[in-house]
Amino acid sequence: MRYEPKLPYQYIESYEPRTYQENKTSRVNHEVRKVEDMDQLFDMIQLKDGMTISFHHHLRNGDAVMNLIMDEIIKRNLRDITVAASSVFPIHTSLATAIERGVVTQVVAAYMSGAVADVVSKGKCLYPCVMQTHGGRALSIESGKLKIDVAFIASPAMDKSGNISGRQGKAACGSLGYAIADAHYAEMVVAITDTIEPLNAFDIPKECVDVMLHVDSIGDPKGIVSGTTRITKDPVGLAIAKRTIELMDAVGYIKDGLSFQTGAGGISLAVAAQLHQKLSQNKIKGSFASGGITGYLVDMFEEGLFEKLYDVQCFDLAAVASIQKNENHFAISASQYGNPYNPKNIVDQLDVVILGASEIDLNFNVNVTTGFDHRILGGSGGHADTAFGSKFAIIVSKLVSSRISVVVDQVTTITTPGQTIDALVTDYGIAIHPRHSELIEQLKKTTRLSVVSMKELLDTANELCGLPQSVLPQEKIVALMEYRDLSVIDVIRQSEIPL
Amino acid sequence: MMNRPTKTGIAGTLESNDCQVTVEPTNDDSLVIQIESVVKARFGKQIEMAVMDTCKQLELVGATVFVDDKGALDFTIKARVETAVKRSL
Repeated sequence: MRYEPKLPYQYIESYEPRTYQENKTSRVNHEVRKVEDMDQLFDMIQLKDGMTISFHHHLRNGDAVMNLIMDEIIKRNLRDITVAASSVFPIHTSLATAIERGVVTQVVAAYMSGAVADVVSKGKCLYPCVMQTHGGRALSIESGKLKIDVAFIASPAMDKSGNISGRQGKAACGSLGYAIADAHYAEMVVAITDTIEPLNAFDIPKECVDVMLHVDSIGDPKGIVSGTTRITKDPVGLAIAKRTIELMDAVGYIKDGLSFQTGAGGISLAVAAQLHQKLSQNKIKGSFASGGITGYLVDMFEEGLFEKLYDVQCFDLAAVASIQKNENHFAISASQYGNPYNPKNIVDQLDVVILGASEIDLNFNVNVTTGFDHRILGGSGGHADTAFGSKFAIIVSKLVSSRISVVVDQVTTITTPGQTIDALVTDYGIAIHPRHSELIEQLKKTTRLSVVSMKELLDTANELCGLPQSVLPQEKIVALMEYRDLSVIDVIRQSEIPL
Repeated sequence: MMNRPTKTGIAGTLESNDCQVTVEPTNDDSLVIQIESVVKARFGKQIEMAVMDTCKQLELVGATVFVDDKGALDFTIKARVETAVKRSL
C-alpha cells in the first residue's frame, strides 16, 4: 500500500537536527531569575523593535498569556514585532489590535482563527504571514530558519527552582508539546505561571528557562475544549463514520498493531467512537494513537485497545486527566510528532489518519486553511504532517454543507497536497486516489462500498447546489503556505469580501 | 387569480442548510424581494431566481418577501417561500 516518498522534500537538503543536549540542558548551576511584575520582566528581557517572540497554544481558547504580553507590548509602543505562535485562537484579540497598529508586522502560525485571521485576511499585516504545519514549525525552529528572540511559555505549574509542568496547576493542560522547541532554542525563555508548587514530573526543565513570572491567572482551562472537539449527532455524519470503518477494514488496517490518529472534527470523532466498538467486538489491540488526544482515544487506551498514547496536545480535560495518571500516555514534542527530519517522528509510524477538509479538489489537494472567499479560517495544524506520514490518509466530510460542496474543481488554498491523500469518504460515495488503481478494483469487486470518482462527486454536488460563482481575491499576498519541509506550496491573497 | 397577503407569514428556520422566509403585506401591488445569505457571493443569483420563480407561480402581489438563507438548496428555498406565502394569505 505504501508509496514513498509521498512528496520529494525540496527546501532543506542538508538538515542535521541539533540535539537538545548541545543546547540548553547541559547548562550547569543554571538559575532561573524571578521577576515580580511586567515592568521588571520587560526591563530584564530588553525586547526591541523588530524582534521575534513566540507562544504556544495548549490553553487554546482559554489562553490569557498572549493577550497579557501583547497588551504590554502595545503599551510600550514597540514596532515591527514578529509573533511566532503555534496557533492563534479567537480569544487572542490583543494580537489583532497589535497588527492593526503596526506593533506586530508578521505572524507565523500553524493555525489561526477569529480576529487575527480576519485582520490578516483583510491585508492589515505589513508582511505576509507564514502558515506552517506543526511538524514544520518544529523543523523551522530546530534548523534555525525561525529564530526566536523571546519565547513566552504559559506554564500551568512551576516549582520554586523554575521547572515547568503542564500536568498540575489551576490551568493544567497536559502535554506542552508545541512549546518544547521554543523552550530549547529561543534566545530567552520567559515562563509565566499562576501555580508554584512541588512538581511530580517536568515537561520543560529549568535549564531551558531564563525568567519566571508569577501572575494571578494564565487562563481558563475550560477553553481547552474549544471549537470542534465534540462528536457529531448528525445521522449523515454517523453514516459517513460507519463507511469509513468499513473502508479501513476492507483495506486491511483493522488488525492487531493498528496505529491511528483522528482530527477533532465531529465526523472524525465519530470514526473514533465506531472504531472503539469495532476493536472491542473483534478483540483487536492497536499499538498507539497519537496527535491531539481526546477523551474518545483515552477511553480506548484505558480499555487496552491501544497500548500507548503519544500526546502532543490535550484536546479536552479527559485527556489532561489521563496524562496525569497513566504511565503509557506520553507527552511528545512537536518535533517528535511531525518534524520530517526527526528520524523517529510519530507521524511516519501511523497506519491510518482520519482528517477533515473544507475543500478537496479533483487532484485530491485539501484546503483546511481558507474559505472559498480566501478568508483564513484555520490552518494545517498536523493535517499535512499526518497525511504525509500515514500509510492511509482518509478525509471524511459531508459532500454538501450549507450549499457549499467540499469537492471543488480546484482548492482555493493548498494546505495538504493531493499526493499525500488516499481516500475521501462522503455521504455520496467514496473516492480513492487514482494511484491506488488495484485497490479501487478490489473494493468494487469484493465490497458493497460505493466507490466513485472525484469527478462524479463534483458533478453530484453541482447538480444539488448549482454552479457556484467564483470569488476572486485581490492582488495582495497576505500569507504563504509553508509545507512541512519549509518549501512554499501556495499563497493566500487578500479576501475581496468585506469581513 | 392574484394572491395578496393579509398578514405576516413565516416559514423555515435559521438552522444551517435551511432558510427563514418572511412575507408581509404592502400598501400597493408591488413585489419586493430581499435576500440575505451566507452563500450570497457564490449563489446569490440562483437564490433570487428560486424565490422569484416561486412568487410568480403563486401569482403573488402586494408583498415583501424577505429570505434569510443559511445555505438552503433550491428545493428548500422554494418550499419555504411557498409555505410562507400561503400562511400570509
